[in-house]
Amino acid sequence: MSDLQSPASTGTAGKASSDAPVKATAGGDAPSAPATSGRSFLPQSTLLRHLLVLAVCAVLAVVILEITSPFQNSQLATLSYYAIAAGGLTVLTGMNGQISLGHGALMAAGAYTTALLLDAEEPLPLPVILLASIVVATAIGALVGVAAARLHGPYLAGATLALAVGLPGLAIYFHDTFGGEQGMRVRAPQAPEWFSSFIDTVSGNSASSTKWLAYVGAICLLITYFFLANLIRSRIGRTWRAVRDQEVAAELSGINLGAWRVLAFVVSAAAAGLAGGVLAIVVRLAAPSGFTIVLSLSLLTAIVIGGLGSLLGALLGSALLVFLPPFVTNLGGDFGLSQTEAAQLAPFVYGVVLIVVMIFVPAGFVGTIRLRWMTRKAKRAMAQAGADGASSRG
Amino acid sequence: MTTIAAATVLSTVAACGGSDDSGGGSGGGGGENEASDIGVTADTIRLGAHYPLTGVAAPGYSEIPTGVQAYFECLNQEGGIYDREIEFIFRDDAYNPTQTSQVTNELVLEDEIFAMMSGLGTPTHSAVLDFLNDEGVPDLFVSSGSLLWGDNPEEYPMSFGWQTDYMSEGKIIGEYIAENFPDAQVGLFLQDDDFGEDGEAGIRQYIDDQIVAAERYTPGNTNVGPQIAALQAAGADFVVGFNVPSYTALSQLTALQLGYDPQWFYSNVGSDPTLVGSLLNRFSEGQVSDAALLDGALTTGYLPTVDMTDNPWIQEFQRIWDECGGEGELTNYRVYGMAQAYTMAQALQAAGQNPTREGLVEAVEAVGSEWEGPVFAPFRYSEESHMGTSGMTIERIVGNGSEEVQPVRITDIGDAPIEEFDGEPATPPTNAIPDEEPYEG
Repeated sequence: MSDLQSPASTGTAGKASSDAPVKATAGGDAPSAPATSGRSFLPQSTLLRHLLVLAVCAVLAVVILEITSPFQNSQLATLSYYAIAAGGLTVLTGMNGQISLGHGALMAAGAYTTALLLDAEEPLPLPVILLASIVVATAIGALVGVAAARLHGPYLAGATLALAVGLPGLAIYFHDTFGGEQGMRVRAPQAPEWFSSFIDTVSGNSASSTKWLAYVGAICLLITYFFLANLIRSRIGRTWRAVRDQEVAAELSGINLGAWRVLAFVVSAAAAGLAGGVLAIVVRLAAPSGFTIVLSLSLLTAIVIGGLGSLLGALLGSALLVFLPPFVTNLGGDFGLSQTEAAQLAPFVYGVVLIVVMIFVPAGFVGTIRLRWMTRKAKRAMAQAGADGASSRG
Repeated sequence: MTTIAAATVLSTVAACGGSDDSGGGSGGGGGENEASDIGVTADTIRLGAHYPLTGVAAPGYSEIPTGVQAYFECLNQEGGIYDREIEFIFRDDAYNPTQTSQVTNELVLEDEIFAMMSGLGTPTHSAVLDFLNDEGVPDLFVSSGSLLWGDNPEEYPMSFGWQTDYMSEGKIIGEYIAENFPDAQVGLFLQDDDFGEDGEAGIRQYIDDQIVAAERYTPGNTNVGPQIAALQAAGADFVVGFNVPSYTALSQLTALQLGYDPQWFYSNVGSDPTLVGSLLNRFSEGQVSDAALLDGALTTGYLPTVDMTDNPWIQEFQRIWDECGGEGELTNYRVYGMAQAYTMAQALQAAGQNPTREGLVEAVEAVGSEWEGPVFAPFRYSEESHMGTSGMTIERIVGNGSEEVQPVRITDIGDAPIEEFDGEPATPPTNAIPDEEPYEG
């Protein structure tokens, strides 16, 4: 996986950069709205366009959360923290070409911050606590980012891997503060008054704590993706891509490679910190066994399956992480497997899906669809050009 | 409709006959079965649990639900509880608290279980403790000896422990050493969490002055060389381990390498000879093929084990496993699951013909301490305590089994004294199906 994005290691990268986008990151490289054609009804300004999409998504989120069952609400809450972390990681890996196996540890930093702050006698308001989680994870991300900016490919993977393995160990070492192996139990914050009246007006459903947590998750997810989408489409996003695709050219253009890499890591760490905070209140626990290397690897597989560099891809990949295992387990049960066998089937099927995706749609779901679409457009343009040329000659 | 009619006839017959041995269907009034609470219908009761079925903690522990299921299968064949079938749904959490939270959401919100039973693991179950209590789901017989489930019923009114807690176990071990090995230099080998901490707190109440070293290991770190060497260097000739089975195997292999041969004492959790034997075989790559290293080590017991083939409970459980179980042999983990299922059947009978979640909890608090079953000593259930059983034997491991060296003694957490248990071992009722009276608040 590491050589997906190591631009300096291949001599052909420079030639490729002027042609089609790098295949693996096709999901992220297409502009979010066709800039040239005049057919679009969306506003030309990126910010306005994204605000419009945000509003539509918010309405969609409310509708989805209100028509689904309480259990599906809880699954959507789970989806939200995976998707927030995966969104941050896809910016780092897809946009900037750095790999991180340490995002689970950054989530742990966010989760423990939330747990510690909620543990207080008079806890601060939830938004403040989540902001604090972001700040702590960002600080750790900045430290790691400074080291990471000097590393490439497998070395970077190794360094972040050390973070994933080492950081949860701190919770065990500082047993008295962080609760050791058993972790810290988190009392999920209660829903405020206005929430139940809001739910009552919208759908008349009961405003359970599960629903409240799902809404908290959805709100955090939407805000994160809004910020990330704006970053990707801005000068910052373009600079990150320049650093990723052609180091030498970027440096010649006056881009400070190291600083921009650190920035990407910091942004990504902030998202992971928020994801960790949401995880803590949804799971109601911050424990080292929740932040193993498996979590970091799951996030990486999620963005690869969805399509590197694409936020939609990160969301789809996270959805697969959340919905596939119970689906497979229940399917196995329906086919007469015992519950133990059905449970063992889930990781196996996930592995098979990952392999199949890598073989048949190497750019991920979103990436492959965009690649197809761009190829078709290019062919049409070529045919058009060919026809024009023929007519002008004739 | 026919089911309800049959149920009425059966319970009327039972009531008229006045027989106490007629199995789980008796004892109720003549009323009809109703869907009295979430997870209860006229002819089913749905229970749920979470276990590590995959991952590092799966060996051994994943056998517990098969035992529970086999017991309920046989119970259902005999008419279930008040003619309701028990549906037991268990889901995999891979011993990861994040997943425990997800599968518990699924069990409570999607499967709509009446009660949770036997959810396994301290860190895993901690993650769902608040959720289950907030939702008002009875959380019975947690498969862990942490004090968390039982010592604070005011905060967690729905949760109940089941097995002997680690502090009581430590106390009984401490007293045994003080009386039988007064000159021993004791070293402690502890898992670095509540398990080791509670055990140490208990044992220090009796032999604080005999302890020469206390070494802790972190689960996941497989090198225990420094800890074992430190125990050796401190001159400990008696080592008490509060550790899980894989660390029993690791400590044995490490001591073998260091030429260290103290008297070993492993707490109940880490002492299953069959599992430790297979782990020893795996860790040593075949150089140690069975649990012979453990021969002569001491341990504790609160349940009969499969090697006690003349114990009537083991005979009944063997029959149940043969008739209703799946593949494989009856193991101590399956016995554990069946014993929990037996206690659950007692609880459901006590909750009455049309149980509610509240009623179930009240019944366990009120009459749970009187229940007899495969567990050696009575439970401590009351309004003030939700702790499980309190008594333990001391046993010496011989081959794949064990022989008793001290009969059951009982105690409680804190500084409660240790006493001889004077009750008789219970004998299983017909078909190992309890026959508890419904508790009328």
